[in-house]
Amino acid sequence: MTSEMIPVEKFAAQARSWLAEHMPPADPTAGHFFFSDVSAQTDEHGLARIQRCRELQRLLFDGGFAGICVPPEYGGQGLTAAHQFVFNRELRGYDYPLEIQASTFIPCMALLLEFGSEEQKLRHIPAMLRGEEVWAQFLSEPDGGSDAAAAATTAVRDGDRWVLNGSKIWTTGAWYSDWAMCLARTNWDVEKHRGLTIFTVPVRAPGIEIRRIEMSNGAREFCQEFLTDVVVEDRDRLGEVDGGWTIMGRWLHHERTISGGSPYVTSAGGRGDDAAGSIMRLVQLAREQGNLSDPRTLELIGEARALSLVGDALVRSVTGKMRSGALPHHAASMLRLFGGLATARRATIGFELAGAAAAVWPAERKPDDAPPRDSSPVDEGTGVASGAQFAAGYLVRQAACIGGGTTEMARNVIAERLLGMPREARADDGPFRDVRRSPPA
Amino acid sequence: MFAQSPDQQLFEQVTESFLDTHYPVGRGRELAAAESTFEPGLWRKAAALGWTTLLVPEEAGGGSVNGNGLADLLIVASQFGRRAAPGPLLGTNMLAAALGQWGSTDQRGGPLAELLAGEATGAWAYATTGGPLRTTGHRVTAIRSAGEVALSGAAGCAEGAADAKYLLVAAGELEGNSGRTHYLVPRDAPGLELTTLDGLDLTRRFYDITLRDVTLPEAACVGEPGSADQHDAYLLDLLGVLLLGEIAGAVAHAFEMTCAWAANRYSFGRPLNSYQEIKHRMADLRTAVEAIEAVAARAASAVGTGRPDGPSWVCAGMAYAGRQAPELIQDCIQLHGGIGVTFEHDLHLLLRRVAVDTRLFGTPSEYAQRLGALMAATAGAAS
Repeated sequence: MTSEMIPVEKFAAQARSWLAEHMPPADPTAGHFFFSDVSAQTDEHGLARIQRCRELQRLLFDGGFAGICVPPEYGGQGLTAAHQFVFNRELRGYDYPLEIQASTFIPCMALLLEFGSEEQKLRHIPAMLRGEEVWAQFLSEPDGGSDAAAAATTAVRDGDRWVLNGSKIWTTGAWYSDWAMCLARTNWDVEKHRGLTIFTVPVRAPGIEIRRIEMSNGAREFCQEFLTDVVVEDRDRLGEVDGGWTIMGRWLHHERTISGGSPYVTSAGGRGDDAAGSIMRLVQLAREQGNLSDPRTLELIGEARALSLVGDALVRSVTGKMRSGALPHHAASMLRLFGGLATARRATIGFELAGAAAAVWPAERKPDDAPPRDSSPVDEGTGVASGAQFAAGYLVRQAACIGGGTTEMARNVIAERLLGMPREARADDGPFRDVRRSPPA
Repeated sequence: MFAQSPDQQLFEQVTESFLDTHYPVGRGRELAAAESTFEPGLWRKAAALGWTTLLVPEEAGGGSVNGNGLADLLIVASQFGRRAAPGPLLGTNMLAAALGQWGSTDQRGGPLAELLAGEATGAWAYATTGGPLRTTGHRVTAIRSAGEVALSGAAGCAEGAADAKYLLVAAGELEGNSGRTHYLVPRDAPGLELTTLDGLDLTRRFYDITLRDVTLPEAACVGEPGSADQHDAYLLDLLGVLLLGEIAGAVAHAFEMTCAWAANRYSFGRPLNSYQEIKHRMADLRTAVEAIEAVAARAASAVGTGRPDGPSWVCAGMAYAGRQAPELIQDCIQLHGGIGVTFEHDLHLLLRRVAVDTRLFGTPSEYAQRLGALMAATAGAAS
């Protein structure tokens, strides 16, 4: 089989011509989706974009470029990570289903591949690759913070079904998703890691109520879910009963690889909200302000660019070392830490460069009296270099160091797992029922 | 640290063992008072290990271990950084690169051959005391007459100039506007004087150069007339990669020392590295060490293979490492407590090396500005 595999560069050439013929170009006027100033972005816009992502995913599937590393029996191409990486390289400049890469493909599809039953794989993975199933992660809980193993959402067995009760939070896009991977407690009488089980749950199952969370900048991307007597079939359980923590290790690993290096992610490096794009917006801002020859301005732009280039080098180097075994997979926490801090710093640089324009700005213009469009591809018609954008980015700056596992947790992993330093003392090693938890709010 | 192929790993082992024998990190203290830290016999041995040929094309007598000689030399530079080792590594390689690329047949046959064999060393008079990243105007002027050229002016901060046989000096002509030209100046040329400088690095010696009617044959010119600015920019990229290598080696060593210290030092009945505050700082340091190594390797790959984004990688590396590396070692000192600020401890030797490397050929602020200007130019070209 291996001898018949298409060579990477030949695959890249095929991808190049296929993309040119079939894939639409990236829309430079599209704003960024997550953490954006969504005052101008309605739910209809959001849903239309997700629908577009499903269509683009279907396009990739029909072209033979979906699930490049996924075995053919589950609808994939059965190739290697190297094939996915060159495809991502060729994808630059095209529109692609960016917004459904996380959580659908990592961690959910990756976990199904590793832990799913044959039936589960056949049922879900081809549907994911065709854009028919968009997934979410029912992981964090309102009382849990960073302590994922302290999940208190409870699943009680009832014959060949389970009944789930509890609440999940910080779920990206639950309101438009089809399925979710859900961590639940199945045993309160053992140590906390030993009483967890993972289920796949239809998001629109009876008993699941979804509430949108409004972020400090107005974005309403995250959700909280309330689960009341939600019935889940036992065949929708992933892995062993009470064996959920084994899967969680991989879950968190796959989640961390969103910074780069996952063989399951189709990505041209983001669209409007990627590092290079954010630096071009800084250049545009400086040009609008007439500061493009000011040394201090150039220094800040250079610092932002340096952080993105160093981050890029770090991702490539660390993923290479993890693949060769030179570093353990815990090293991915360095990418999370660096990425979070660098993103936060870039937000601060934008805020600093914008100056007073990021504090007070003209009231929003209606679309029909918008100023004439600049011909620059950086900001075409979107006013992305406006002070309001940088203010919005600055307001939710710390989200970059919180979402997807806090930077503090990343530091713990680096210190304890990568450097072998002593683990933190535990106050939760008895039966979970007896562990002290946050008082009810 | 930067070795990829088995050949490079062997090259790295030989380099490490040579430096461990002759320049363990503590040697810096012994050399602090010495007028010269150059040992000609050792340098000839070092040249036999391949330290002088890597930036020189094969047809000019050079050669690489692995195709990209700059990536090979990065291995040596990082080992120098680990030990804050002395030796005319940077200057000699800059001169060899210049002569290998742009030198005349005579220059290749004579001076370059001596540099490659370790029989002579070189110094690149690029930086200037207190000067900006890019020299503007002529600090050295050239007056041509009857097949000769006379150089006058000042150039400076040339590392190891007193021990070098050849200096690379850029000079501009007063008349016309042809831009500066590089000249290969023998160290013992009449009219050339050196002034010893003091500085942070205990093992490297720096000199200002004064030239008073230093008369050379026209053939002392290196490359086409007027090419020095362009060539300096290229040499600066090569040097930037090597500086990043030194910095990466130095911070990795400082970090390893601090890891061992934090594991073995007990306070209040616990090892230091059991405190979460210490653990978190070590995690930050570990990440910065990895990031500096990663960007150094990327810069070596881009510059060494002549890619157009080479200068961006060097600027990004020097802007990031220039800020992070000295702070990183300062934090290692803090984590050591009192012992960390003593002359006896090795950490200040590494801090000195990194501080010099992140200042002399451009400050982090200047590299960031250059990168910002490159971004502005890219955006301008795109619109």
